[in-house]
Amino acid sequence: MEVLTVNDLWVKYYTISGIVSAVSGVSFKLRKSEMLAIVGESGSGKSTLGLALLNMVPKPGRIERGEVILDGVNILKSSPREIMKIRGSRISMVFQDPFTTLDPLRKIVDQFEEFLIEHGVDKTRARSIIKEYLEAVGLPERVMYSYPHQLSGGQKQRVSIAMAIALNPQVVVADEPTTALDVIVQKQIMDLVDSIKEKYKSSIVLITHDLALALERADTVMVMYGGNIMEYAGKTELYGNMKHPYTRGLFEALPRILQKTLPKSLPGNPPDLRYPPPGCVFHPRCEFAMEKCKSEKPPLIEVSKDHIVACHLYG
Amino acid sequence: MMRAQSIFTILKNKYISTGLIIVLVFVFMAILADIISLYSPVDPAGPPLQPPSRDYFMGTDNLGRDVFSRIVYGSRIMLMIVAIAVAMSGAIGTMLGLISGYLGGLLDRVLSFIMDSIYAFPSLILAISLSVALGASPINAAIAIAVVYVPTYFRMVRGQVLSIKNETYIEMAKALGLPSIRIVLKHILPHVTRTLMVVFSMNSADAILTEAALSFMGLTVQPPTPDWGFDLYKGRGFILLGYWWIMLFPGLSIPLLAVGFALISEGVSTLITARKR
Repeated sequence: MEVLTVNDLWVKYYTISGIVSAVSGVSFKLRKSEMLAIVGESGSGKSTLGLALLNMVPKPGRIERGEVILDGVNILKSSPREIMKIRGSRISMVFQDPFTTLDPLRKIVDQFEEFLIEHGVDKTRARSIIKEYLEAVGLPERVMYSYPHQLSGGQKQRVSIAMAIALNPQVVVADEPTTALDVIVQKQIMDLVDSIKEKYKSSIVLITHDLALALERADTVMVMYGGNIMEYAGKTELYGNMKHPYTRGLFEALPRILQKTLPKSLPGNPPDLRYPPPGCVFHPRCEFAMEKCKSEKPPLIEVSKDHIVACHLYG
Repeated sequence: MMRAQSIFTILKNKYISTGLIIVLVFVFMAILADIISLYSPVDPAGPPLQPPSRDYFMGTDNLGRDVFSRIVYGSRIMLMIVAIAVAMSGAIGTMLGLISGYLGGLLDRVLSFIMDSIYAFPSLILAISLSVALGASPINAAIAIAVVYVPTYFRMVRGQVLSIKNETYIEMAKALGLPSIRIVLKHILPHVTRTLMVVFSMNSADAILTEAALSFMGLTVQPPTPDWGFDLYKGRGFILLGYWWIMLFPGLSIPLLAVGFALISEGVSTLITARKR
């Protein structure tokens, strides 16, 4: 049963210095209580994709084409009023930097309550929801009456998560929720995200640049590069059977315990998406690049069941 | 307890406390004018052109009116015009600045262009021509002053909104489905208020000088209503004859009140920068 279906999504930024193709024809499906990890470097379009799922790509960005179907409704076609109702209640987002996601001038309880009341929850019910969800993310009740500066980064991120899940949305988009935190807190936050998935049966889109984290936590992994899907497969399938040279490059770049040599690095830089390379976007950095890769964009090829690769090597 | 403490730190600032004392003295003077003044401001209180003495401690003017009583009553008209003008320009400028900064696009460009055009005019000349066009009356003078100062608020608020609206908590508010009006009023406006306070008092000081200039040209009240600027104008013919007190006291009150507001503004701005560190 699909909760979220994305079909052929294109997002472009119309900047003064040129048109940036941030997301080029991405499609995927998300099942109930599935965790999908979107992995990619900086500038691979993964954060833009996350924002597009809530139809809130910032100006000068525009969603050019495609569908984002949440529970049978195409979000991209909904009116602004409907969108506001959907955001926060049926799809919500956790942001990267917990230090700036809460309004510094207002107490947690005020911000939390404001959001619940906006979605039609009455005041007494709102209080009990706040208590329940702060407890669910492992925070003491007194946090309610704190200002954001009185909390640590991890606590703030827990508050953001509590707000994101409070109305029990079908989908939670988590955009690098642990990047700004130290390793111990990272693990705690990821454990929390895992438990939310189990407890509330929410589907989670985890946006990260950390392939190891994705392989550890997610059910399905989508590797993005230059706004395109490179590889898309279930976690175990991907781990045992990596196909795309980019995915393999990322994997070899991970440091490993007991390995005496340094991890290999992937030479080169991500492409300038104002002028994406012709053919396969990855070919300038690919050690297996052929003539065909320079001119022809590789199609998405299903190499085995539910394992999709965009590479001419498997064509 | 927190609140009491912060009021104390505010009052401990010498600029603010001095400024507040000056401003409050004038405010009480305006409120209690009937009690403080010894004579009627419009009827002769004694012989004309008396120097300051025990009976008339700022002397009397050429019509025998008590200068001190005229100063006391004159503060009413001054404070009223300035209050109305500053409130109007503050409200309009802030509102337009919020809308323009948050929505951006064509509306923002048009509004910014209009505001910059107003801003480019010398403020005093613009105020004078507006009040001439509207006709001489206190309320028209207030409107003229308000129009002149709208861009000050607009530019400041718009600039702040532009930086605040890119903060993640605004994005978060959007992701939680809060409507734009709520975001602007609850999550952006409160962050602007501090700076707004500085501009507000600075602007009051400026508005006092502009009001005085308009009054000097006879663009606010009709004689015999007491008014500092106009009394200054009338007194100027007598100063060379040796009757200095007619002009001196209104001439002192105007800058003194302006300095009061300027001190508050200075104090608030040092407090804010000190907090940031």
